[in-house]
Amino acid sequence: MPVKPVHVGQRIKRREDPRLIRGLATYTDDLKLHGMLHAAFVRSPYAAGRITGLDARRALARPGVAGVFSSDELRGRVGPAPCTAILPGMNHVPYPLLADGRVLYVGQPVAVVVARDRYLARDAALDVEVEIEDRLAVVDPEAALAAGAPKVYEELASNVCWHQPPEPNPRLDELFAKADGVVRLRLVNQRVAPVPMEGRAIVAHWEEGPQKLTLWSSTQTPHGAKQQVAMCLGLPELRIRVIAPEVGGGFGCKIPTYAEECLLPWLSRRLRKPVKWTETRTENLLATTHGRGHVETVEAAYTKDGRVTALRARTIADVGAFASMLGAAIPTFTHLLACGPYAIQAVSWEIVDVYTNTMATEAYRGAGRPEAAYVIERVMDEVARALRLDRVEVRRRNLLAKDVFPYTTPTGATYDSGDYEAAVSKALARFDWERSLAERDRRRAAGELVGVGVATFTEICGLGPSTGASALDRRGTWESAELRVEPTGAVCVMTGVSPHGQGQETAFAQLVADAFGIGLDEVTVLHGDTDVVTHGVGTFGSRGLVVGGTAVAMAIDKLVAKAKKIAAHGLGTTPDRIDFSGGFFTRPGAEVRLSWGDVALAAHLWNDPVPGEEPGLEAVARFEPPGTTFPFGVHLCRVSIDRDTGEIALERFLSVDDVGNVVNPLLADGQRLGGIVQGLGQAWCEQVRYDESGQLLTATLMDYAMPRAAMFPRIELDMTCTPSPLNPLGAKGIGELGTIGATPCFVSAVLDALAPCGVTHLDMPLTPERVWRALRDAGTSR
Amino acid sequence: MIPAEFDYAAPATLDEALRFLASTPDAKVLAGGMSLIPALKHRLLQPALLVDVGGIGELEGVTLRGGKARIGARTTHATLLGHPELAEAPVFADTAGVIGDVQVRNRGTFGGSLAHADPGADWPAVFLALDGEATLVGPKGRRSVRARDFFAGMMSTALAEDEILCELVLPLESKRAGAAYRKLRQPASGFAVAGAAAQVVLDRRGRIDAVAIGVTGVNAVPFRAASVEKRLVGQAPDPAALRTLCARVEEADPLGDLFASAEYRAHLAGVFVARAVAEALARAKL
Repeated sequence: MPVKPVHVGQRIKRREDPRLIRGLATYTDDLKLHGMLHAAFVRSPYAAGRITGLDARRALARPGVAGVFSSDELRGRVGPAPCTAILPGMNHVPYPLLADGRVLYVGQPVAVVVARDRYLARDAALDVEVEIEDRLAVVDPEAALAAGAPKVYEELASNVCWHQPPEPNPRLDELFAKADGVVRLRLVNQRVAPVPMEGRAIVAHWEEGPQKLTLWSSTQTPHGAKQQVAMCLGLPELRIRVIAPEVGGGFGCKIPTYAEECLLPWLSRRLRKPVKWTETRTENLLATTHGRGHVETVEAAYTKDGRVTALRARTIADVGAFASMLGAAIPTFTHLLACGPYAIQAVSWEIVDVYTNTMATEAYRGAGRPEAAYVIERVMDEVARALRLDRVEVRRRNLLAKDVFPYTTPTGATYDSGDYEAAVSKALARFDWERSLAERDRRRAAGELVGVGVATFTEICGLGPSTGASALDRRGTWESAELRVEPTGAVCVMTGVSPHGQGQETAFAQLVADAFGIGLDEVTVLHGDTDVVTHGVGTFGSRGLVVGGTAVAMAIDKLVAKAKKIAAHGLGTTPDRIDFSGGFFTRPGAEVRLSWGDVALAAHLWNDPVPGEEPGLEAVARFEPPGTTFPFGVHLCRVSIDRDTGEIALERFLSVDDVGNVVNPLLADGQRLGGIVQGLGQAWCEQVRYDESGQLLTATLMDYAMPRAAMFPRIELDMTCTPSPLNPLGAKGIGELGTIGATPCFVSAVLDALAPCGVTHLDMPLTPERVWRALRDAGTSR
Repeated sequence: MIPAEFDYAAPATLDEALRFLASTPDAKVLAGGMSLIPALKHRLLQPALLVDVGGIGELEGVTLRGGKARIGARTTHATLLGHPELAEAPVFADTAGVIGDVQVRNRGTFGGSLAHADPGADWPAVFLALDGEATLVGPKGRRSVRARDFFAGMMSTALAEDEILCELVLPLESKRAGAAYRKLRQPASGFAVAGAAAQVVLDRRGRIDAVAIGVTGVNAVPFRAASVEKRLVGQAPDPAALRTLCARVEEADPLGDLFASAEYRAHLAGVFVARAVAEALARAKL
């Protein structure tokens, strides 16, 4: 008889938090090793140019400087920087660990200084004289495609990094020919910076005795870093241990293994000392990967009753000055998720990845899906406007029905499960959409600018099947878990995911504690150390619970199976007659029972050996996901606008999401609040800006506008639950949906507020001046 | 923070601080550090010596005497936000409450904001509108400088390199008077994209008898909107009419930056002057 879960489903506070909020956590920068040296980078002040000279004599003359290194020392020995998403036909130019003969963007590392302390290293780095013959840079991705544009790489024919041409599609042509109307939009999904609280930080320690490298790095993917550093340095993986200690956020920018993560081990080996580097916030904004940076043009065919039948679109994606590890592949997610939750019949999507003289772009919370959601949601709003229909009604007419799943989209994505209408109904009822519209109209009549916005979306999570893995990855995206039981029955979980704020130390402990009827304090979750966890992929793509958690669940099953054998032996029966629940092994009809702790002790004592079994109690499981999961949701919000200044006030925001089964609703709330605020940040205020010469104008947090708590009302959260059939937990993933739904929802509301003035389009971020100009121009043009 | 090397002194008295300042040609006074520390971090400044005035008690505190508020230069924004002596002068809470964030308000100081004279700093507008006086102390003794003479240029003031700003004296009009500060926040830094402080005094009939308006964030140097002040004297407090009278601020000679073009700033100057005046009028009781 199943026992009601004790921990799973409960709002249990994060076990991680006491150490984080009390300053007791150990981040990479907290490490102090004996004899440790500090690195500082000399970075390019120009966006494009030829390096004509480098003079490090003044730096080397400073007492305490251990060395200054440039590409002269590295050439032919180490590098290039890891890049695994080398797409078929891509114009891939290997990216050196330090600039080799030319600079490609402002902030590119040109030389590295290693010294006794980080102050001295910085002083000495400023003493290194680099001569650069600068030349014209190209910063804007559309301008980079123009004939005669300056080329980022002289050896390439153009600035095109990769091109996915539009495929001939007669069905699509037919749908456009038959359409009652066509919506055309050009949408800028601006470049933004991930800005994790903790920037990147690295300590590399090569030990000559054991011939072993230990690399501490603030990364989302310690196992990936291990194999990429091994390949870059030509070392066997078993000579490398990567540890991701406490990691203060990533949002995608800590997925790639960076040039610096390869360079520091090389320096440590060369200098026979541990070497540390912790980036400054300005370095984080200059030289840690950015996100988005798309320009989408779309044509959508629709019928007079508001059904969108076909999409023809083009993404121009700014990959920056070099292809970061996954960077070039991100727009393929935009294509894959083009249809959102809607029954669209045909899609053609051209992708042009473009090099520019800017920092590389990478996965950033949502990674391609926010761009897709933004396009299709703006399309839905435009169709509603063209047909004078309610925006929710248009969406309802297009949503997939709940009986179509599993459903394969024209772009090849197979949605696992869904009930979109249920989420819409719940959200509308809770928001009281009809009344909100009436209230909006009443306030408008009184002279206010008020708007309500809507976004319905689906996205792809739980990455993912290993079918896309290449030799450059060395391993697929399956995930591992190992459970080791102590003689007391306490359980140590070793997971291949690498949480850095998501809270899986809590969530996985909930799963394990319930499975064995033990307390949370009797479970410990270890992660982020490649010598402790033998296989792992990491935490990104909303895969922690879906893939990593499933591996834990599978390992639980294996442990229970073995424990039943031991219990059966002790109870004098066969394993199939043993019932295990609530922490006790029982035999039908017998009063005598064994506790989980009794069995754990028996497994370790082994003084009454179980025939055919080995002593001990542990299990290893590997989960290869059979497919990806597709959570979905509905976001609704209300804004008002100050006519005089263009300032927007967010008055209300409701998020009704469906992520399948939830292990810890408190963690789910946290993921959504953070994601929503981050998504609203893009819509409202965030933008990485370069000037025409490629100088970064937003190089500090005095210039790069992060969203702030005071900007937000109390965000309302609710859920529906459609479990995923693809994993035993029924989980779908939650990490990224905030940045996918919130952004178009906010823009929808602002454009609704401005609609009475005749404003139909604005690009993000919706800054006060942009809104004010739109109001002013609308006023004067009428 | 990875600044260039500097020496550090933490004197206990003003005299000692002045001696330290005189001792080194390239010395800087460190108060709350909310502007100085970032400048050191980015190596925009590389002073040889920091003279930390945090331990000098006489530089802190608020007293109200003879209709004047005397505010120690080292007094934090947070102190001014809820100071009982300033309960009748809500313009202080208006301003302190919209500076930076909680951390900045807890560390940053009134005098530091004025002495640094960032074009987007908030207090300069209030200092101008209340027609305050700064007390400067140097090797040659004390001197007073009126608010309108205090700001010399972009991030430059009447303070000499060997002087310390020690006190600000602000006359508080009490009869039929009101003052207010309003601004648009720069979303990243919290500075004023445009901000205005206004103080109005009404005559017995309820018309504007006197008005002073300080504007910050708009020009390189904070200024008094004298043209608007002139237009407002004698006017009845009619909101629509006042908005029109405030809409154009002739002294505005705006800067354009990442967050606001010159044109938008000029427009905002009028908007916030009008808002500050409207709130000041609402606070002025007959």
